[in-house]
Amino acid sequence: MPRIDEKTVDSVARLARLQLDPQERARFARELESILSWAESLQALDTTGVPPMAGGASAELRDDAPRDGLGRDAALGQAPDHEDGLFRVPRVLPG
Amino acid sequence: MTEPTRLGAAEIQQRVARRELRAEEVMRAHLDRTAALEPRVGAFLALDAERALDEARRLDRALSGGAEVGPLAGVPLAVKDILHAPGFATTCGSKLLRGYRPAFTATVVARLQAAGAIVVGKTNMDEFAMGSSTEHSAYATTRNPWDPGRVPGGSSGGSAAAVAAGMVPLALGTDTGGSIRQPAALCGVAGLKPTWGRASRYGVVAFASSLDQVGPLARRVEDLALAASVLCGHDPHDATSATDPVPDFRAALPRGAAGLRIGVPRRFLAQGVEPETLARFEESLRALQAAGAAIVDVELPHLEHAIPTYYLVATAEASSNLARFDGVRYGARAEGARDLLHLYGETRDHGFGDEVKRRILLGTFALSSGYYDAYYLKAQQVRTLVRRDFEQAFAGCDAIATPTTPAPAFRLGEKTDDPLQMYLADIFTVPANLAGLPALSLPCGLAAGLPVGLQLVGRRFEEETLLRLGAALQGATAHHTLAPPL
Repeated sequence: MPRIDEKTVDSVARLARLQLDPQERARFARELESILSWAESLQALDTTGVPPMAGGASAELRDDAPRDGLGRDAALGQAPDHEDGLFRVPRVLPG
Repeated sequence: MTEPTRLGAAEIQQRVARRELRAEEVMRAHLDRTAALEPRVGAFLALDAERALDEARRLDRALSGGAEVGPLAGVPLAVKDILHAPGFATTCGSKLLRGYRPAFTATVVARLQAAGAIVVGKTNMDEFAMGSSTEHSAYATTRNPWDPGRVPGGSSGGSAAAVAAGMVPLALGTDTGGSIRQPAALCGVAGLKPTWGRASRYGVVAFASSLDQVGPLARRVEDLALAASVLCGHDPHDATSATDPVPDFRAALPRGAAGLRIGVPRRFLAQGVEPETLARFEESLRALQAAGAAIVDVELPHLEHAIPTYYLVATAEASSNLARFDGVRYGARAEGARDLLHLYGETRDHGFGDEVKRRILLGTFALSSGYYDAYYLKAQQVRTLVRRDFEQAFAGCDAIATPTTPAPAFRLGEKTDDPLQMYLADIFTVPANLAGLPALSLPCGLAAGLPVGLQLVGRRFEEETLLRLGAALQGATAHHTLAPPL
């Protein structure tokens, strides 16, 4: 069982694009550690040779034919900021 | 004449079709009752009475003009706020999606509307369907109609409360680990989670794609069967929707319980069920036995591992599905971020509530390099063991019965500070999602004055078996006619 400290939470939060404040980091570290230690019971199960379950139904694929999409106006219609038919965001390189 | 809000969906359709009731009268009765009770229940995040009345009047005019009567003509419908419905915002109970107006309609909603159902509003839910009490909604508290101090269950708590309070005869929910069945049980109504893939998820905000399913809530099994026949079926917009033919589920109901074998996993139940809840469960089994079903013992040895398995798989998928909420294409954006990475991080930190962040972190951890094999892969392997347990059990029975929940509704605030306690409330409902099986929750009486549910799980694509047993139980008992003291 890995130790979940604030540093671990910080690196996971970075992967998840969550900008947590220090209080949140401390609380989530405590909670994640308690949830993961409870999930530890799975490690005792022998799963040698058991395939992981993936998917369920038989996926029916449609023909690879061109068709109309949402359209640019509808796609941009809910954007918090857009300009000249493009999504507008702040600078991409770290400021 | 019976008060329209006491009628089921099928009865309403029948009376509207025969012109004994106008759709407008039906709608007005439900809207009046909703207006009177909503301050005490809080089932809805959005209501549009004017639009609903307009649609009802339009339907009445069409029917007078000789238009074909749909199978849900004039039925007031409540829709969980995770499904896109025309004319309504979809918030998913989240600040991050405040005011989001979807550009398309969920296929299941479109199908019910085409059958004549009329959407009255969008119901409250745990944020992004993550929760078992509806307390994780960013907007409102929904109270259990049976006791205002208690939760309605979740995450489809608003839909269950609206049906229980007689505000609508039919509602839509989604079920990833019990989110239709658990609130149905705690509010004293019936709820069906169809087989994974049975119904389209186009226009449904994704939580955990290998587990999510849409389904109906209603007081009567007949209404669930009717709604399921309409909303299920392949949709070219959802490649995971099954192509299996959808039967007329109602046609199966008269066949009753005779000849069906119900398996009871006694050892699994020994994990702890509150005594009165267990007593109601045993009484329901006896009623089904009297109706012609056989009761047999089954073993499902891996179900004790179902909850940790579920919380690893579901959070891993959620961490991926919720990556799309980044403040660029839709939703509320954090203002003043100094660069793109801060825009993402701040938008998500401000927009998501604690339970959603907790699950995104847990899921991201379970998928991260160095931990993937030990957590995510292990959980998917245990999931195979759970599925095999069911396959073996179904060699000797046609449905598996447990209580839907280990106890009746808990108090508001009782479990919000302890995520693990909240997760344990899902012990009987998550296995059906892990295995992709259909499952039905039925009201089976009161425990200390609060409703509890009987859950039946069936083989893949055998919803009919569950609905037959449900109709048999409702034919033999009056639990589904109990109304909360509002």
